[in-house]
Amino acid sequence: MNFSRSFSRCLFLLLALPSAMLMWPAWSYADTLKKITDSGSMTLGYRESSIPFSYLEAPGRPIGFGVEVANKVVEAIRQSSGKKEIKLVYQAVTSQNRLALVANGTVDLECGSTTNNAARAKEVSFAVNYFYAGSRLLVKKAAHIKGLADLAGKTVATTTGTTTFGQLRKVSLEKNLNLSVVPAKDHADGFLLLESGRAMAFAMDDILLAGLLLNAKNPADYEIVGEPLQVEAYACMLRKDDPAFKKLVDDTLLGMMKSGEFDKLYNKWFTMPIPPRARSLALPMSQRLRENLKSPSDQPAS
Amino acid sequence: MQWDWQVFCKSTITGELAPGCFGSGGEVTYLQWMLSAWGWTVAVALLALAIALCVGLLVGTVRTQAARPWALLAACWTELFRNIPVLVQIFLWYHVLPIFIPVLKNLPAFLLAACALGLFTSARIAEQVRAGIQALPAGQNQAATAMGLRLWQRVRLVILPQALRMVLPSLTSEAMNIVKNSSVAFAVSVTELTLFAMQAQEETARGLEIYAGVTLLYMLTALLVNRMMALIEARTRVPGLLAVT
Repeated sequence: MNFSRSFSRCLFLLLALPSAMLMWPAWSYADTLKKITDSGSMTLGYRESSIPFSYLEAPGRPIGFGVEVANKVVEAIRQSSGKKEIKLVYQAVTSQNRLALVANGTVDLECGSTTNNAARAKEVSFAVNYFYAGSRLLVKKAAHIKGLADLAGKTVATTTGTTTFGQLRKVSLEKNLNLSVVPAKDHADGFLLLESGRAMAFAMDDILLAGLLLNAKNPADYEIVGEPLQVEAYACMLRKDDPAFKKLVDDTLLGMMKSGEFDKLYNKWFTMPIPPRARSLALPMSQRLRENLKSPSDQPAS
Repeated sequence: MQWDWQVFCKSTITGELAPGCFGSGGEVTYLQWMLSAWGWTVAVALLALAIALCVGLLVGTVRTQAARPWALLAACWTELFRNIPVLVQIFLWYHVLPIFIPVLKNLPAFLLAACALGLFTSARIAEQVRAGIQALPAGQNQAATAMGLRLWQRVRLVILPQALRMVLPSLTSEAMNIVKNSSVAFAVSVTELTLFAMQAQEETARGLEIYAGVTLLYMLTALLVNRMMALIEARTRVPGLLAVT
């Protein structure tokens, strides 16, 4: 082959590939509802192991709180459009690619354990918050600890690289608790520190603590106590600047909250035995989420 | 990208800039935290080095000089401690041994980390001591025996003084390695430099500056150890003993 021809081909590929990538977002539909009714399917971004929001029961078969919410959304689209054959298509996402996949149109809706915050709101839009995770304390029941005040002068474990570490230092200084904070390598290590008695409590997001207990040897020996140090809101994520679709998702959630269906769904996934091990997270609805049912918000938790 | 070196002068509690880069009333800045983390790194490294030198010297000597069962025991020691990854050893010291020896549970984590790191390195130092001893001409030991010296005297007066001078350069490497290997102590909750970096870069969102500061301190510490060993090498040199002067 002629050298200059193959060279120009290479050059073409080199230039074409990045420009195609740059054009990618432009292909995405601004009108998600039209896309869904035209194509007859809505793509849900699911997580592989965000228990109980979105996780795999079997390969390719996601279940969870968020998946059921998405099913309600599809039901609402069927009713509003009058098309019966709209189906739900699943696409796996990770915490690294979920924002990009929603923004570029690969995924229409992502209902998992995504925190609704201001930085992300610049790129995507959030529906009404459907969960509030608070950083609280996991303790041994036998220790009779009811809150941070009982931990004055004691050791508290937390995970390195989380905001909880800073919150603990702050509250320790403000309330003069003189906590000795033991930074754990990861969440499992934090639980090990508590289990082995090197720490009196493990401070972390309550939903993560409940998830750790789900796999613990004897979950009945532990309890989650105390007021949350800080709260983060979880919400379904959808494309930005698509008010019609956002309204439909919001109305679906608001309808569930009003009718009491949301309460039932919450209880099913957070307080009753769930697959795969038929154990319960035993995480009753937080005060914050209860308030959100009365006056729903789609803003980040302050 | 913009560098923001003021991140070190921010309070670790409020995130506000502290006047004079040092906090007051229980508040500390990231600079203060980093310096205290440096202290833990140095403490773990120095203690581990002391353990490694003492045990390594003993094991290396026993392996080459003592009666057969003792030499075998020393060989087993070396293989045991150098064939298990240091991170695994540190977990064994912190999580497993205290189950069998409850007293260990009350010891601070940095002592256990130093023990784990020290014994791991002792195996490596033992091998270097053995190399030094075996590099000596057989006549040295024979002449010392002919002069009527006992085993302990031969080792102390004739063999080790020569062998150690020979392996000093590789002991320098080992001492510098200990400084860097001390970063595994983060796995057992010692708030040393690596743990500081992992946490502070998350809190401040200024990862590059934090890691740059931590890298500088590691380099500085390793360089100090290097210079210290070079000084020892120069001070203990005997003209004409080794081929290179």
